[in-house]
Order: sequence, then structure tokens, then C-alpha cells
Amino acid sequence: MNRRISLFLLFVGLAMLGAGLARGEAGQVLAKAIQICLECIGIG
Amino acid sequence: MANLSLAAKRRFVQAIFTLLGNSYFPGFAYRDIYQGKLKAFCVPFLNCYSCPGAIAACPLGSLQSLLAVQRLSLYILGFIAVFGAAAGRFICGWLCPFGLIQDLFARLTPKKHRLPKPLTRIRYLILILTLALPILWIGQSGLGAPYFCQYLCPAGTLEAGLLLGLGRPELRPLLGPLFAWKVSVLAVFLAAMIATYRPFCQTACPLGALYGLFNPVSLWRLEIAASRCRRCRAPACRKSCPLDIPVYRRPNSPDCIRCLACTKACPNGALAFRTGVGSESASPLWPRQYTGEKV
Repeated sequence: MNRRISLFLLFVGLAMLGAGLARGEAGQVLAKAIQICLECIGIG
Repeated sequence: MANLSLAAKRRFVQAIFTLLGNSYFPGFAYRDIYQGKLKAFCVPFLNCYSCPGAIAACPLGSLQSLLAVQRLSLYILGFIAVFGAAAGRFICGWLCPFGLIQDLFARLTPKKHRLPKPLTRIRYLILILTLALPILWIGQSGLGAPYFCQYLCPAGTLEAGLLLGLGRPELRPLLGPLFAWKVSVLAVFLAAMIATYRPFCQTACPLGALYGLFNPVSLWRLEIAASRCRRCRAPACRKSCPLDIPVYRRPNSPDCIRCLACTKACPNGALAFRTGVGSESASPLWPRQYTGEKV
């Protein structure tokens, strides 16, 4: 039973990952990650 | 490699992933960050993307940054779900650079204090706040912010704050009370790392809290051979667990970082991590000394 749950979660995760990529979210992550995060440093 | 102890193998893997995740060495030299396309991808562990060496994005920082502009990222949630469903908190125990730092500090003193259970549950509250506040707490700009990174994350302070905040002359005048607060939080966690095992993972890491929810249902998980477990009076599995988890009762506790120490400690070889996607009866990876294989 647990194995089925884990496979289901894995499938859902992959589906979400694919949907996110199709929506262009990797580009949004890139746009954020190439800027220095002032909040992370403790300035923002 | 085969002759190394389990702990040494784990340190080695942690060091490799720390290096891989932070392999933009010019960033350290010039106090700058990597701006290439690899940053469209996340690493599965907590690793500040403003660390000068970071070559990929932090899933938690990215998730919050997008929530702050009212976007729920299926990409990042799916990414976390895939790693969680595959291995749970194995990521914390074997891959996370901040986990490695905590493990190294833990070696300074052999005796560790247990944290009260309620304190370890704070991480779930922090997880909820981490996900909710960027949407709900809107600033004057009309946008939220990655508040966990801003106010709490000691990994960000260590990897990005100290290196860039102090290292870049144009940023130094901007450092104020918030920076002092973040350095204080880092100092408290560093001190706590000497007294207790992985205090940040236990009490405050939202990513670890999230991965922990996957522990009982992940593909790769701990299983007990009921016929071999003697229900010892002083269980070696619990004694060997740095987080004092009663492994024989809760083998896949959300607290478990899957260091695997318990699998080596059980004198009866009753514990093993099960892998693969085969049938339920597929052979688990029992420690080799109990399967007749050469150790």
C-alpha cells in the first residue's frame, strides 16, 4: 500500500514539475536566482 | 571507499554535494554570484542562491520569491515532491551543505542534549508561515517577500550574508539591524550545534519539515524484519540514533534524517533500507554481514 502511495506521489510530483516547466516557471526561477537576494543577506 | 565507515562515507557524499552545489569558484574570488542558465534549476537541498558559489537555485528561496509575487510554483513543488517521494529526508542527511556544517560542529563535543519534543514541532509552524506569509504579508510595494530567508535562514546568512554583505564594499553601508539580527540567529544555531544534534534541522528547517512528511511513504524507506527484531530492553538502534528516535517503533519518523546508523547498530540485523520499485517482497538491503555476503 505504502509503495503505491509513494509511486502516486512520485507521479503527481513529476506531473507538477512538467506542468510548471510548461508554464515557463523555470524562467521565473532563473530571473530571481541570478539577482543578489538582499533579503538573504539581511539588507532587504 | 568500501573500507570507509558509514559516517565517513556520509561526510564524503555531503562534501561532494556541497562542492557540486557551490562550484562557481570565481564567485568566491570576486564576491559575485553565478548568473548562468543552470540557475533555472533547483538543488534539492537548502542552499542559498545568493551564495557566491551557488550554481543552482534554492527550492525554498525560489518558492517564497514566487509566492511573494502571488505565483504558486508547480515546478518547485513538483521538484520537492519528486525528491520527497523518492527518498524523504535522505536529502537532509546525505546531501544538504548546512547539514554537513551541523554535523561538523556536532563533532566538537561527544555528549548531546535532547531537545524537548514541542521545540522540534516548531518547524511545522515555521513551514506554514514560510509558505503563507509571502502571500499574506504584503509590504508597501504591494508585494510580499521571502520572509524565512529575510528573518531566519542561517544558511543564507552564512553562505551569502557574511560573504557578500561584508565582502562587497557597496553593500557594507547598507548593513543594519536586520543583518545584526540574522548574524545573531546564525550564532545561536552555531552554538546550539555543539550542544545538540542538528538543531536547525530539528527545530526550524521548513524544507526538512516538508521532506519529513514524505518519510513514511517514500520509495526508499526503513523496514524492520519482525522476525529478527528482539525488542531489546536497551535498543541499539535507538542508542545509535543521533536524534534519539525509537526506531523499532517508528522506523520512518518524520524526524529521521536517514543517516543509516541504526542499520549498522542492530545486533540482529533487523533494520534495512528498502529500495526499488519492485514487488512488496523484493529483497531489502539488509546489512551484508547478515546475508552471507563478504563485508
